[in-house]
Amino acid sequence: MKKTVIGALAALSLIAAGATATVQNAIAAGKDKVKVGFVYVGPVGDFGWTYQHDQGRLAVEQALGDKVETTFLESVPEGADAERAIEGLARSGHDLIFTTSFGYMDPTNSVAKKFPDIKFEHATGFKREHPNVSTYDSRFYEGRYVQGMIAGTMSKTGVAGYIASFPIPEVVQGINSFLLGAQSVNPDFKVKVVWVSTWFDPGKEADAAKSLLDQGADILTQHTDSTAAMQVAAERGAFAFGQASDMIKFGPKTQLTAIIDDWAHYYVKRTKQVLDGTWNQQATWDGMTEEHVIMAPFTNMPAELAAKAAKLAESIKNDTFHPFTGPITKKDGTVFLKDGEVAEDGVLAGMNFYVKGMDSELPK
Amino acid sequence: MSVDIIFAIAVTIMTAATPLLIAAIGELVVERSGVLNLGVEGMMIIGAIAGFAGAQLMGSATAGILFAVGAGMLLSAFFALLVLVMAANQVATGLSITLLGLGLSGLIGNAYIGLPGLKLPKMDIPGLTDLPLIGNLLFGHDILVYASFALAFGVSWFLFKTRSGLILRAVGDNHSSAHAIGYPVLLVRFLAILFGGACAGLAGAYLSLSYTTQWIEGMSAGRGWIALALVVFASWRPMRAIAGAYLFGSVLILQFHAQALGIKVPTQLLSALPYIATILVLILISRNRRLIQSNTPACLGLPFVADK
Repeated sequence: MKKTVIGALAALSLIAAGATATVQNAIAAGKDKVKVGFVYVGPVGDFGWTYQHDQGRLAVEQALGDKVETTFLESVPEGADAERAIEGLARSGHDLIFTTSFGYMDPTNSVAKKFPDIKFEHATGFKREHPNVSTYDSRFYEGRYVQGMIAGTMSKTGVAGYIASFPIPEVVQGINSFLLGAQSVNPDFKVKVVWVSTWFDPGKEADAAKSLLDQGADILTQHTDSTAAMQVAAERGAFAFGQASDMIKFGPKTQLTAIIDDWAHYYVKRTKQVLDGTWNQQATWDGMTEEHVIMAPFTNMPAELAAKAAKLAESIKNDTFHPFTGPITKKDGTVFLKDGEVAEDGVLAGMNFYVKGMDSELPK
Repeated sequence: MSVDIIFAIAVTIMTAATPLLIAAIGELVVERSGVLNLGVEGMMIIGAIAGFAGAQLMGSATAGILFAVGAGMLLSAFFALLVLVMAANQVATGLSITLLGLGLSGLIGNAYIGLPGLKLPKMDIPGLTDLPLIGNLLFGHDILVYASFALAFGVSWFLFKTRSGLILRAVGDNHSSAHAIGYPVLLVRFLAILFGGACAGLAGAYLSLSYTTQWIEGMSAGRGWIALALVVFASWRPMRAIAGAYLFGSVLILQFHAQALGIKVPTQLLSALPYIATILVLILISRNRRLIQSNTPACLGLPFVADK
């Protein structure tokens, strides 16, 4: 009896070893067809953040044709539900899974642990706990600096309103970069921030926009996903910046420019790498240089300001200027960057403080 | 803070309270007839897309309102079919109507994503609207803001001053007795549900034609649920629903102003305030037996099947 069991075990382990070997061969040799899954935090029709990720998904389908099959799950809440959604994709034969919101960070890593043969890509996070998890992000703050400079020049009240989602580093970078850009032309410029504790709630975003305008802001910018703020600004005759996608349709006389997230090349590149077996773990953080961040046309402003903004964007794009270049002082008065010092990526990725010139406190 | 800002805030609060009030008044009538409709959120979002699509098709935001009301009623008629004719469980049916509404609106709305919408015209009475401070507050809104008050007062009058209102409350309080005296329980409930659907659709129209003039999936963002909480908060009295809607609206708006002014209160706490207020009111009214007995429809949520 004992012998039989041992024999069976040995046979099983041989089979298992063989199976692993086959799988590894398959990976090394690439695949004929990949199935790619996307997890979205909002609906594909938000016309902002999730819409742009879905444009990236469509670009993958277009570029790779019948070598690829894509699926997506939309409006997946961050947290425990996300883990189930991601695991669902992993169990249904996907080879590559993109999870496209900060709050999917821990769920992505814990599912990745269970499925070592599947590749996971998490947007805007910093945890890569397993070799099959990569992270990717865009340097949105580069565009924020240009917007800040425009706001500093255009604003009559010297106050901009900022609709923010959650106090995570990505959002804090944006607020600081925007303020620094504005201070470069108007040292006394103020940014009022309202936290709405959501990525997507058009009604709430509109209410926050109205509050900010009522309190003296005459230019709005946002780190939330809908076009509501743009429309409120249009009704009130204020100016606004589009977020994630070009929102000019919602404010033809209102939008000054927009930060456009372009995920298409990244998604196509990574899917191809899974196809030919060259995918490896990475932490990608690309910006204007790699055209991950694109500025929409500079509209509704004087021609000389548009030219200045374009030049500033160009200097960031060709790496001759970094928005976080010292001297920069933190809000608490301590030195963040010495004269001429450029912020390191690691420091930016963990940014949890305001720079000097912010009046409000950063929520914990 | 200057007086101007206070009045500007008041105007914003009115716009935030209006959809809550309209939907809550509709649900209040439904619950008074003894039916618990958890499908408000779904009927609201269907109203939002129907209103938006209707406005696009007809080229008029006002026409959109009719589409929204019609769509809300259609979905509520389906709900009525399930809970009245088939005597299905009201809680489960209501929840599935909400899910159906959210999904269906996304499907219909696909063609309308990213289109700038039409906005309901604001009332503009020369002389009155231009009055300093109060002009805009009292005379500068679109028709639905005034309609929300008309609905609340009208429903209050109907429920407590008319014979039909008395019958509706009788059906909600004791459907067996109402049936025994010869009142058509199911018909009364059917009409109440239709009214509730119409109101939810109207609230949805307000969202897509006035609040944020665009179609976005999931744009009701839980307002239907707040309306449901409001009905309990109001202990099934329309006048208290006005107070509740404006309290909820104030909390929603003031949290943003508090932040922009730099007042240090945890934002999460502010977001939770409307719900904390509801729980408090529930505790308070549950301590007062008489208040519960006089206001809670006794047959709320119970299916009615006539004895053969």
